[in-house]
Amino acid sequence: MRKKLLAAPYTVWSVAFILIPLAMVFYYGLTDETGAFTLENIAAIATAEHSKALWLSLLLSLISTIICFFLAYPLAMILCRMQVNQHKFIVFIFILPMWMNFLLRTLAWQTLLEKSGVINNILSFFHLPTQNLINTPGAIVLGMVYNFLPFMILPIYNSLTKIDPNVINAAHDLGANNFQTLLKIIFPLSLPGVVSGITMVFVPSLTTFAISTMLGGSKILLIGNVIEQEFTQASNWHLGSGLSIVLMIFIILNMVLNTAFDKEGEGNVI
Amino acid sequence: MIKTTAQKIYVALIFIFLYAPIATLMVLSFNASRTRSKWGGFTLKWYAELFENEAIMEALYNTLLIALLSAIFATLIGTIACISIHRMRRRTRAIMIGITNIPMLNAEIVTGISLMLLFLTLGVKFGILTILLSHITFSIPYVILSVMPRMKQLNPSVYEAAQDLGASPARAFFKVVLPELMPGISSGFLMAFTMSLDDFIITHFTKGPGVDTLSTKIYTEVKKGIKPEMYALSTIIFVTVLILLILINRPQKKKQA
Repeated sequence: MRKKLLAAPYTVWSVAFILIPLAMVFYYGLTDETGAFTLENIAAIATAEHSKALWLSLLLSLISTIICFFLAYPLAMILCRMQVNQHKFIVFIFILPMWMNFLLRTLAWQTLLEKSGVINNILSFFHLPTQNLINTPGAIVLGMVYNFLPFMILPIYNSLTKIDPNVINAAHDLGANNFQTLLKIIFPLSLPGVVSGITMVFVPSLTTFAISTMLGGSKILLIGNVIEQEFTQASNWHLGSGLSIVLMIFIILNMVLNTAFDKEGEGNVI
Repeated sequence: MIKTTAQKIYVALIFIFLYAPIATLMVLSFNASRTRSKWGGFTLKWYAELFENEAIMEALYNTLLIALLSAIFATLIGTIACISIHRMRRRTRAIMIGITNIPMLNAEIVTGISLMLLFLTLGVKFGILTILLSHITFSIPYVILSVMPRMKQLNPSVYEAAQDLGASPARAFFKVVLPELMPGISSGFLMAFTMSLDDFIITHFTKGPGVDTLSTKIYTEVKKGIKPEMYALSTIIFVTVLILLILINRPQKKKQA
């Protein structure tokens, strides 16, 4: 009896605020205004406007994830090798921006990239031609990398610190050079961290609408922007929910891929 | 030698990449000229205007109120959930943990619109209450995540021993179990608090017109055009976060030394 009483609050809460809302997204996504079943809202992803937004989102978030990985991995390795007494503080410095409101971090790049912004001012000070930096896909990628880089650094760093240094020494003793050790020993052992880093960068990048609004102007629409507008401006919940279902498919796909890679990585270790 | 220099340069470059934009905001917050192109001398007037801006001050109040309340409720519900999940049969436990993972793995925009649809259908008035309910919902998993490992470490014999020695179940729980869980509970509370403080996307979909938290206020202000008050706000937030984190980390350092 007591057992059930204890389980009640959270069970009720999770049904009411997690399961039912999610079911409602599916209900709205699979029905039209009259409540009849339809696949139209999901098929709407194929229209030129929506599929363009989806492909652009996939492309930009993929590029951002790759850049984050190549920036974060060497950094995590260097941080990992630092002396114990200083590396805690240095890691703290690289994670600190995570605690700053992400809209303000994006605002910072808006300030730097704008037509009359800081970078163009510096350029014109040296009599160099000013560049059109803001409202480009590049600016959005920059915003994604800047905002989500700490989410890649932290898990990779955590998994690297767990590697037993003796394993690396053993590889060297057995004649592996630095590059071979990295590729065959260190990287496979750090794969769980890499995988969670990839998810933590890819999913928010894929679904963002704030970064693209602030750094992409109103011209570049990502799938997040399309969904956001359907809900807040067009009030077409059916279409918005349908597109969200499509988005969820990609999130689930990413999770499945990640777990597959993770298992492969662990297999290599054995 | 060359290698370590290269490494130092690399670390420094990433450091500059992460902090140069924040530093720029801080410098501009003291710039007397409204345009970003010229340095018009040192001023504190943007800070004065920030504190006189009632809309921003109200948003700040809402943010702190919601963060505090949602952290308290999420910690309570999350901790009770942990105790009950721990005692469940394996299959039920797996299902509960699976459900708990949904808000963490799902995209925030989907969580946001799903809650928006719920409140719309139920006809709940959008405002502080809807934001609060949403924040509790996405914070609970983080509380569970930090309390669960403590729960697993707990030796059930200790609780039984307390009861054998004459303590009532309630007394045994508060005197024996709760102190063991406390580090997990307090870090869960802090996590819930910061998650709520920082949230934008879910709040964006569950807030009502006229009700703003700091994040949504910043978003609408920035869309209208950047005002120097926002730079002042960024500087204050950054410095506050820095001081808080240093304070939280300090006692640990002393222990190690």
